[in-house]
Amino acid sequence: MISVKNVTKTFGSYKAVDDISFSIKQGENIVFLGTSGSGKTTLLKMINRLLEPDHGEIAIDGVSIYVQRPEELRRKIGYVFQNNGLFPHYTISENISIVPRLLGWDKKRMAARAIELMEKLRLPSEQYGAAYPFQLSGGQQQRVGIARALAADPPILLMDEPFGALDPITRSAVKKDFKELDELRSKTIVLVTHDVQEAFELADRIFLMDKGKVVQEGTPDQLLFEPAGEYVRTFFEEQRFPLEAERIAAGDYPALIRAFDKFKNRHR
Amino acid sequence: MDHPESLWSFMHEQSAKLLQQTIQHIGLTFISLFITVLVGLPLGIYITRNKRAAGLVLGFAGVMQTIPSIALLGFLIPVLGIGPIPAITALFLYALLPVIRNTYAGINGVDPGVKEAALAMGMTGWQRLIRVDLVLAFPVIMAGIRTATVINVGVGTLAAYIAAGGLGEFIFGGIALNNTNMILAGAIPAALLAILLDFLLSLLQRAGNRSRRVALGLLPLVLLCLSSFYVLPLGYSSRLLAGFTPEFMGRRDGDIGLRAVYGLNIRTVVISDAVMYKAIFNRKLDVISGYSTDGRLKAYDLVTLEDDRKIFPPYYAAPVVRNEVMEKYPELAPVLNMLAGRINDSVMTDLNFRVEYLNQSPEQCARDFLVAQGLYRAPRNGKRGVVRLGSKIFPEQYILTDMYSMLVRGYTDLEVSSKTGLGGTKICFEALTHDQIDMYPEYTGTALLAILQPPAAETARLTVSRDSVYNYVKAAMQRDYHLTWLSPIGFNNAYALMMRRAQARQLRIQTITDLTNYLKKDRS
Repeated sequence: MISVKNVTKTFGSYKAVDDISFSIKQGENIVFLGTSGSGKTTLLKMINRLLEPDHGEIAIDGVSIYVQRPEELRRKIGYVFQNNGLFPHYTISENISIVPRLLGWDKKRMAARAIELMEKLRLPSEQYGAAYPFQLSGGQQQRVGIARALAADPPILLMDEPFGALDPITRSAVKKDFKELDELRSKTIVLVTHDVQEAFELADRIFLMDKGKVVQEGTPDQLLFEPAGEYVRTFFEEQRFPLEAERIAAGDYPALIRAFDKFKNRHR
Repeated sequence: MDHPESLWSFMHEQSAKLLQQTIQHIGLTFISLFITVLVGLPLGIYITRNKRAAGLVLGFAGVMQTIPSIALLGFLIPVLGIGPIPAITALFLYALLPVIRNTYAGINGVDPGVKEAALAMGMTGWQRLIRVDLVLAFPVIMAGIRTATVINVGVGTLAAYIAAGGLGEFIFGGIALNNTNMILAGAIPAALLAILLDFLLSLLQRAGNRSRRVALGLLPLVLLCLSSFYVLPLGYSSRLLAGFTPEFMGRRDGDIGLRAVYGLNIRTVVISDAVMYKAIFNRKLDVISGYSTDGRLKAYDLVTLEDDRKIFPPYYAAPVVRNEVMEKYPELAPVLNMLAGRINDSVMTDLNFRVEYLNQSPEQCARDFLVAQGLYRAPRNGKRGVVRLGSKIFPEQYILTDMYSMLVRGYTDLEVSSKTGLGGTKICFEALTHDQIDMYPEYTGTALLAILQPPAAETARLTVSRDSVYNYVKAAMQRDYHLTWLSPIGFNNAYALMMRRAQARQLRIQTITDLTNYLKKDRS
């Protein structure tokens, strides 16, 4: 579905993304995981041309993204920002309807879609439809940001640290409702995060990035149990126990104790 | 002190004029504001996208702002002439900076996250500009427009200097005439206008999201509508156009007298005397109020109209000397009287012309004249004493003073020290009465109206003839100030109406009565 070939992006003399290639299948949930400055957000923004690479080729469904106008491309790709990026001068339902409006939907369809999404994201439309973003809490604003990205039902959803700015309790509530959305079932999702827990929770495949390179690409289990080197191993060290514990079958206490001992010994 | 009632009654009396000036002022303000927004807004938007141009554009607009407004008008006159066009241009240049700067700052101040989101949603650059950037920058842009409006109302008063009308006509007329009510009648409405417009625009600035979109759409229409105020008063027609100085407009021996005594009814604009002559020469004006011996009369081939009903008091020049000096050096009086009757209006005009336009020195000009008249003698370098000569600051006075000093040096054993350039009448006269100078050339009309100031009825009775004014002034000065008025030099540097020679001849206008009759015929 999305294929990235030999993509490089530099800012001045700094190589943010260094010759990366990969491909993503339709319906996959991909997480770019890494520390800040690892190049994960740069890579994400090149997929909808918010940034243009210096070299390399990106194609969606076999068609180069550079043969169409950027705005046409972006209307087919949902995008969620860390700090929501809502329009302060638009009401909630206007914010949700931005892309449908650009696509020329009629009013009735836009309104119905906005109401539908607000209900799905637990924002009662009669209460919030006419409100402005500043009247909402951070968690609610982020729900609107997600609804806005999904409004025109794009096949691809790009998410840049979508839960990063929320407090832990709000984060788990928003994340829970997000994961339960039926809208996401057939979507290809690329999510950027520095949160290992979140990556393991949401990813089919994780791209662990460092200094503009993909250090290892694989399923959460592969990264956890078959680290491709010292960097990958240390990256997960802190949270190894909870991550492994989640992967042990319920009731298998001996395995759990082995995992805990291993974790304890490393941290001695 | 002026009482509030008298200001009120002045405004009431002049209400038609006041209304016209106010409307002109509003029109002038908005027409330039409209152009400013039309140019400044796109320019401000452009420099948010081209940072290199930003410094250049903001720098240029900033420099425009620092040029003193009068100087800016001065620069514009040679290029654009007089009237509304240079006035609007000047206002436009002044208002440009706040509009450009605030557009630039407003758009740059929009949350970059929101801007990026607009692009990520699939907006084109244009859609983002209209739907996001401009709407969110609106309060800041409006603040700039408010500043520009207030600047325009203020600087707009200067439009009166170049025949573009507005409330400056009262303000500058009042200053020239030392008439506080007149100044206030212009200044108070101008200040109220600035406050009112600023308030109305502040309402717009604080408008909510929805009304803001409506406001953005209506703004150009409102601006255009208010701009049209200015165009309307210029719509009526009369074949001749007069340009009078603010001072002349308010004087009894000026516009008021012309209307009252002659019944002269001519379309009039107010203009500063610095640009008036040039304007009539360029056919922007047909009649002006000038001084009858001004060198520009000759430079621009103008003729003065005869004041056949004598509303302009005579301004015959004569040397005024302190009595002590007359007694101490009895040989002085005959020498100073050698010029008496020798210089008529056209000779004086020619002398002024040489100095003002041919850039001859006053001294050269004075010597040439005396030589031609057979009066010049080489200095005797005498040691009998020193006579101190004074003069006001303009070429005519310099020329006369130089002639007197050459005569005194050539015909007596006295030495001369010149103190030229003594400001205006008041300074010159004070210097004379306080024993700082011994003599200077003064004008009968000035002495009568500016120094002696007899009651109005007395003045009216006196001003009909040259001799009655001279005799009155001579007697009063001798009695009250111990000053001697010697014989008049001959020319009369009075107020006069002037026309281009060719046009006056073609319309067969020689006197002010001719002009009045021509205009009456024209109208019927």
